[in-house]
Amino acid sequence: MKEDSIGVAVFAEQDEGALVRVSYELASKARELADRLKTGAGAYLIGGPGIEASAAELVAYGMDQVYVVEDRRLHHYDTLPYAKVLTQLIRRTSPQAVLYGATPVGRDLAPRIASELRVGLTADCTGLEIGDYQGPGGKEYKDILFQIRPAWGGNTIATIVTPEHRPQMATVRSGVMKLGEKHPHHKGRIIRAEAGLSGDEFVLRVLERVSAVKKVDLTTANIIVAGGSGVGSKESFKLILQLAEALGGVPAASRAAVDAGYIDHDYQVGQTGTTVRPKLYIACGISGAIQHRAGMSEASKIVAINTDPTAPIFSIAHYGIVGDLNQVIPRLIKAYRTKA
Amino acid sequence: MLKMAVLAKQVPDTKHVVVEVMKPDGTLNRAALPAIFNPEDLHALEVALRIKERVGGHVTVITMGPVNAAEVLRDSLSRGADAGVLLTDRRLAGSDTLATSIALAAAVRRISPLDMVLCGRQAIDGDTAQTGPQTAQKLGLPQVTYVAEVREVGGGKVTFFRRLGRHAELVESPLPVFITVTSDAGEARPPRAKRMLKYRRARVLAEVRNELAASGATGDELERKVEAERARLEKEGLLLPTWGVDELGLDAVLVGIAGSPTKVKRCENVVLKTGEFKQIEPTEAGARTLIGELVHDHILG
Repeated sequence: MKEDSIGVAVFAEQDEGALVRVSYELASKARELADRLKTGAGAYLIGGPGIEASAAELVAYGMDQVYVVEDRRLHHYDTLPYAKVLTQLIRRTSPQAVLYGATPVGRDLAPRIASELRVGLTADCTGLEIGDYQGPGGKEYKDILFQIRPAWGGNTIATIVTPEHRPQMATVRSGVMKLGEKHPHHKGRIIRAEAGLSGDEFVLRVLERVSAVKKVDLTTANIIVAGGSGVGSKESFKLILQLAEALGGVPAASRAAVDAGYIDHDYQVGQTGTTVRPKLYIACGISGAIQHRAGMSEASKIVAINTDPTAPIFSIAHYGIVGDLNQVIPRLIKAYRTKA
Repeated sequence: MLKMAVLAKQVPDTKHVVVEVMKPDGTLNRAALPAIFNPEDLHALEVALRIKERVGGHVTVITMGPVNAAEVLRDSLSRGADAGVLLTDRRLAGSDTLATSIALAAAVRRISPLDMVLCGRQAIDGDTAQTGPQTAQKLGLPQVTYVAEVREVGGGKVTFFRRLGRHAELVESPLPVFITVTSDAGEARPPRAKRMLKYRRARVLAEVRNELAASGATGDELERKVEAERARLEKEGLLLPTWGVDELGLDAVLVGIAGSPTKVKRCENVVLKTGEFKQIEPTEAGARTLIGELVHDHILG
């Protein structure tokens, strides 16, 4: 093994200088996979001046090496220069696997790199395991990465492998991998690397950037009250907000409710939204399409309110109320306010 | 005047999986799903057509799939596209996103030079969002993903409005450029009645042959009829070109299953189990019972 090499690598995504949560989740997972493979785990950290300060955090999450590329022009994400820097780092460190967050940035960047390196890439993994695979011709592959993801709109769970190509690459949804323990005494090397950019990579010009402060972090919420298309109108969606507020929770929505404009995308739970694991999830007027269930089925307790007794949401609910949410929600609020 | 290509995919309608398409064992009956124009690709077509209206242009829609995918081309032409190409070849079947991008890039190259290539952010059957960026890389084009709106076109440049997570950006790109489009880009215009009447008769050659064979023609008679129909469609501008691996100038090992680094090890259908939940009445008493139990279980404070 070359001195530079990394066994399992992570693209440590940052946003305006701060690591995003999924970067830590990926580091935890990479550590676990590397231990299983008896190899090292490392991270690639790309950003503007001062980004090196975040490298120690990645070491604390179990990284043996953190490659840092610091360049004023890399403060904000830009596809072509990021792809070039990362491709160079991957070539230098020859990892067996590279993990990216399935964030808007990760989903823009990873395919570009997979195409450059001509390797496989599996999107939106919800599970990663190490195992042996027997190819169609009977050829055995030891210790390869099983990339588990929903497919066919979530109606199928597929296990994808990339037997012949290295690195094996996957994007992983935020909130899916457990954030591991911090290891404050873990020792890792922080290695500064050159960006190696000619300047020609900066072909796009950002004329204006407006950054919203993310209004809500559904991944850490204990109580979530979610509304779906069955809520019927933006006006009725206020009931969802009221129940969430009354219970000390946060509101959320299915894709149908977001598409209907009842609430914005930050609040979307499901396959193309956020994956949540709250203590309590109250699904109001949500039929429970598999894409939605994929994002919330791990809630500890699920309450479903729906007028349709055959709605699939009831198949995963712990408590079911068949009825009109316009009547049921005010009763729940009243019952909670007047509870003994 | 911008020369554009839109990459579009025909997909099973996985968004509207209803109880009826579930088999008795709780798994999905895929054959029962209707095939539709991938929704975000339809938004990409709309973006291209709007550019064409503003500054003039020519829009070619490229789709890859079985012969039935020609429907996407007829639909596109009815909505205002100028040309359509079907990539179909048994050797393309089983392509993963990397292999697909090799075929799509080869097709785009065949109609290049172009000013802009567009596609939807992702297709609803795979939700990977990978084919766009992978095709852009192979064409050596810069990519602007998650485009919601084209703000300005002119002087060899385009300005896009896009959302990258929590950042809304106004991005200026030189041409040529590759973009992926989200549903924020606005509803696609409906097919125009006059165009629809014309282009619903458009066919790829394999459809002509299938239809004539189904009507009972065989042997030399079939060949004669196919040739006559082909000539007639071509004259009317209704013969949709079909390109396979050879027309694309590709080595067959680069596409299809052979050219796909990813392999499906296992597919497990998600089984909808019949739930065993506690039924709560939608009454005030029911509400009190539920809240009481949740408080008792320390779920609610």
